Amino acid sequence: MSAAEQAQSATSVRRAWLLSAPALVLLGVAAAGPLLIMLVYSFLSPGEYGNVVRDFSWDGWRGILWSEDIFEPGKFVLADAHLTIVWRSIKLSLATTLLTCLIGFPTAWFIATKPPNFRVLWLFLITIPFWTNLLIRTFAVNEVIRQEGLLNTYLLWAGVITEPLRIIYTDTAIFVGMAYVYLPFMVLPIYAAIDRFDMRLLEAAYDLYASRWQVLRRIILPIVKPGIIAGSILVFVPSLGAYVIPRILGGGKNMMIGNFIDLQFGQGRNWPLGAAMAVALLIVVATALFFYTRATSRDDAHG
Amino acid sequence: MANRSFSASHLPGFATIAILVFVALYTPILTMAIYSFNAGTSVSDWQGFSLNWYAVAWANDDVQDAALRSLTVASAATLIATTVATMAALGTTRRRAFRGRGVIELMINQPLMVPDIVTAVSLLIFVAAIKVATGYQGLIYLIVAHSAFCVPFAYLPIKARLQGMDLALETAAADLYASPWATFRHVTLPLLLPAIIAGAMLAFVISLDDVVITSFVKSGGQDTLPTYMLGLLRRGTKPDVNAIATVLLGFTVLLLTLFFLLTRKRD
Repeated sequence: MSAAEQAQSATSVRRAWLLSAPALVLLGVAAAGPLLIMLVYSFLSPGEYGNVVRDFSWDGWRGILWSEDIFEPGKFVLADAHLTIVWRSIKLSLATTLLTCLIGFPTAWFIATKPPNFRVLWLFLITIPFWTNLLIRTFAVNEVIRQEGLLNTYLLWAGVITEPLRIIYTDTAIFVGMAYVYLPFMVLPIYAAIDRFDMRLLEAAYDLYASRWQVLRRIILPIVKPGIIAGSILVFVPSLGAYVIPRILGGGKNMMIGNFIDLQFGQGRNWPLGAAMAVALLIVVATALFFYTRATSRDDAHG
Repeated sequence: MANRSFSASHLPGFATIAILVFVALYTPILTMAIYSFNAGTSVSDWQGFSLNWYAVAWANDDVQDAALRSLTVASAATLIATTVATMAALGTTRRRAFRGRGVIELMINQPLMVPDIVTAVSLLIFVAAIKVATGYQGLIYLIVAHSAFCVPFAYLPIKARLQGMDLALETAAADLYASPWATFRHVTLPLLLPAIIAGAMLAFVISLDDVVITSFVKSGGQDTLPTYMLGLLRRGTKPDVNAIATVLLGFTVLLLTLFFLLTRKRD
């Protein structure tokens, strides 16, 4: 590289940073900065009426899993209530991922094997709920499954049940709501994986007397696997951090991690505990996304 | 051939599942939309067509306030987010890879990765401290917070368009002694405009939809439509929520359709 070229390249890099600066400042002030402050807060002590006092303490982090015995100060026991909430979050997120995968794969396959003109239409139909307000979709699910909702009314009318099903304000309600809301996150990456696939491979396999089962296992599954991995992470991550869905469909009692964090900043008046839980959630999510980028970039390198 | 309808890509049962999925996906939304026109107060008992609930919602001062506030915040956030996203996209694409580009992209895409509730409480901590220090309680907090999480949504379509754009025209303009600004103004910007509009529309939809971050950042009496709806839901549902939700839904579908048409024509 000549000196002139080097100078030009240095100007180009400087211009790149200058052009990006406003975005970096905005996100530094209103996204990254606050996260760092929250990290600091997780190591402070709770104030009496919320907020924090500036004394270093591990209590926030310890409080995620342990709580102090009421009768024996200084003795710590596993906090059952917190464990229940964490376990519910993990359990429901895994169940949601599994269900969306089981029904998302056939849906993506269905769209990808349509003629191109129709494909755009079907994709659009998946995209509309994807962009529709989360609150509205949760609310719509609520209207269907609640006690006097559409489902119960219909089932009672059809004589399938004699008593209304009690789905609302249970874990099942949260599960149904999350599967409903996050399904597009599963369908779209699986669709993208199938879309790149040469369907003639299937014909070749059948020509060589492969059975349908063999074709599915040996050809289709390996090809959609990156899409399934991507979709699973894209569903699991927001499910784990869900807040609106459990709040509306879980009815306050069936909390998930998101609601637990909210509680600590509200009635719980334990900001350090809430901050610690939020940072912990962020670490789990970041780890999952790290594997996601690794999986997808490896996929790009090969494909 | 023995079986002329044989299709290699056919898998038994898949189409049935897919159709059921689409039915399940649209039943709740459509039910909500249909029953917002119900004359009665029930979501399961149809008592005739009426615009009554829209009138009820519209006559409510709180709803009008919240709607106006939603639009104000979304417009301001869209303007800010789209401007900084366009600049950043121009900065990060179409040049030789340089150190730090990964960091810039990570910063810009960060709101896509961090769960809403985590962003919300971190902003609550930050904003609470500023509110105590300055006493200012205005809309600026909401506008800045919304601008930040809208940036990646504006950035992605603009970046995609820039990556697919030929440098030849701009080189030609520069060869003809156009200043960098003139080249940008008369060549790059017109070519980029559809993507900028598309990005702005996504940013607008995202800002308009946000409920979690808004409810943690807002000061008292600063409800937007989604936080107002969340408050109503807590007190039990009435069909006027249906009406508000349906209007928001219609608006989203409209913007999305425009977005699709805008980005598709270019391919």
